Amino acid sequence: MDSVINAQQIVNGLQLGSIYALIALGYTMVYGIVRLINFAHGDFYMVGAFAAYGAFYLFNAYLGSGGVLAFVVLILAMAASAAIAQLANRLAYKPLRYKPRLSSLVTAIGVSMFLEYLFSALPVIGPNPRGFPEIIPKRMFTVGSAEISNYVVIDITVAAVLMVGLTLLIRRTALGKAMRAVSQDKDAARLMGIDVEKIISATFLIGGAFAGAAGLLAGMTYPRIQPYMGILPGIKAFIAAVLGGIGNIPGAVLGAYIMGLAETFATSYNSLLGEGIAFVILILVLLVRPTGLLGEKTADKI
Amino acid sequence: MGNLRSSRLVTVVAFALSAWRSRRGNLPLPRLLTVAVLLYAVIQLLSRTGILNGYFMIIINRSLVFVILAVSLNLINGIAGQFSLGHMGFAAVGAYVSGSITTLIFMYTSEQVASIGGNIVFVIAIIVGGLAAAVVGFLIGFPSLRLKGDYLAIVTLGFGEIIRTILNNISVVGGPRGLLGIPKFSNFTNIFVFTFLTIVALRNLVQSSYGRALLSIRENEMAAELAGVNTTRGKVMGFAIGAFFAGVAGGLLAHLLQIAHPTQYGFYASALVLIMVYAGGMGSLTGSIIAAFFLTFLTEALRVGIDQLRDRVGIPVGTEWTMVIYALLLILVMLFRTDGLMGMREAKLLVIDERKK
Repeated sequence: MDSVINAQQIVNGLQLGSIYALIALGYTMVYGIVRLINFAHGDFYMVGAFAAYGAFYLFNAYLGSGGVLAFVVLILAMAASAAIAQLANRLAYKPLRYKPRLSSLVTAIGVSMFLEYLFSALPVIGPNPRGFPEIIPKRMFTVGSAEISNYVVIDITVAAVLMVGLTLLIRRTALGKAMRAVSQDKDAARLMGIDVEKIISATFLIGGAFAGAAGLLAGMTYPRIQPYMGILPGIKAFIAAVLGGIGNIPGAVLGAYIMGLAETFATSYNSLLGEGIAFVILILVLLVRPTGLLGEKTADKI
Repeated sequence: MGNLRSSRLVTVVAFALSAWRSRRGNLPLPRLLTVAVLLYAVIQLLSRTGILNGYFMIIINRSLVFVILAVSLNLINGIAGQFSLGHMGFAAVGAYVSGSITTLIFMYTSEQVASIGGNIVFVIAIIVGGLAAAVVGFLIGFPSLRLKGDYLAIVTLGFGEIIRTILNNISVVGGPRGLLGIPKFSNFTNIFVFTFLTIVALRNLVQSSYGRALLSIRENEMAAELAGVNTTRGKVMGFAIGAFFAGVAGGLLAHLLQIAHPTQYGFYASALVLIMVYAGGMGSLTGSIIAAFFLTFLTEALRVGIDQLRDRVGIPVGTEWTMVIYALLLILVMLFRTDGLMGMREAKLLVIDERKK
């Protein structure tokens, strides 16, 4: 077992978990507020990666490569994904808000396919994978028995800063209070004078922005991007959200780190297991504890 | 020549059947059978006389396979009110099991045996493939006992992906290369017969007391349970039966294309079938049949149109645009016609008339 679980794998797992956490947060927030599994969320992450790629080549000449450029690229990637998320919300999800829930789910699958194939159909992007530039020069240093790159530090820090920011937003601001209210009871929130559609928009914007940040981090860490890159991370992050208890924000983070670690360990043990571990976890969770680790039990209403 | 004669024979039989129908009153099966036989005869005649060329026949065969897939998914999603996103996983099981059987048998038997017993082996292989898929469907039905709606969707999606991953890693059936060299047994006739039997079986099932039980589960599970419907059995068997027909379709497809490849059975293939069910109308077999035909032809038309644009007009467009339009179509259908083309309605042909019993 020593070869499977060691410091190096733990670091890699935490790094992967940070990326999953950023995606899973968007899933869980949107689910908490509109009860929709936004299948297209993984594609918002893909959009973020491509926006970062474009932004890098746009600003590389002016800003050089380094911290300032990385910050600008991060902001643009987050903005692009947030914009796409909001567009999808307005055009595809909003008209179906009060129709049966499964029709929104099918629409979300449609949005997901649309984004993927549109990106691979556009001549400037195309279906072939392309390398992601080194926005910040990569450096390796050794801590104990683990080789750590500065990217590990960046990934974990960016994710942590964003998550702390989100927590503050939800706990301390009026917007956060309104979001909590809408996720508890949409109709009561509306009666209290909360503009529910505005809160939903804000949720999609924040969720999209987080996915965009994840897209940039993933692009830097695993430097290959292509239009279908969002499918698997999207599904895995969703499973992470379910593992933590969907709709529950700390749960999504916890689930994402468990998922990142489990996947890293499983892959180093056997690559087939690594591919399938997410689904094994999902099925186990749903059979044993369908509400997730931190989810609350809900009774069936008759 | 012989084929032309046999098509004429079929036409005569069709007319005889329609005469029988008028004497016996509106018994639904002969009426449906008449229409099917006529349809078969017309297409066969057009094909033999060369009006419908081989290319068209390929599309028709594909459409028929998709009809089976769409109506069987409709049983699970539309009639029983469950939500499966891994339908192609069942088809993959059917394709690989039946494909392995025929490939193995005909690898070692002589040509003569193949010509005599080939079709029997083929039919048996297809059915065994369907049964294998049904067993998988039976297992996947169990999560449906505890999960609803989107949770179930994601679990079935996961199962579909697991099946694909497993196939990708079994080297006996080719792994990522796919199962190659499957003998070409599928033709218009046997695909048509299988499609017809599937439609009849599902129509009878849906309009039997068992089908009513499934509908009641969809409408309100708790009320159904209180009314004495065995919801556990209903849901699991709904999955198993839907999976059986999906397995049959997979088997037919494998023997048509002569290859079974893991990528043919991924999430997006399942999504295509899902689009057919939704575009046609959840719970309407008629809708699924129409949508399967329409969308298969549309895919081909778009592909041809895009090729023309690229080769003749010189606009550099990729084949991905087909899927872009497809996805857009799905979104538009959901936005502007949430109930699909047919809603819950069925064509008269597929309704068993209660009064005549």
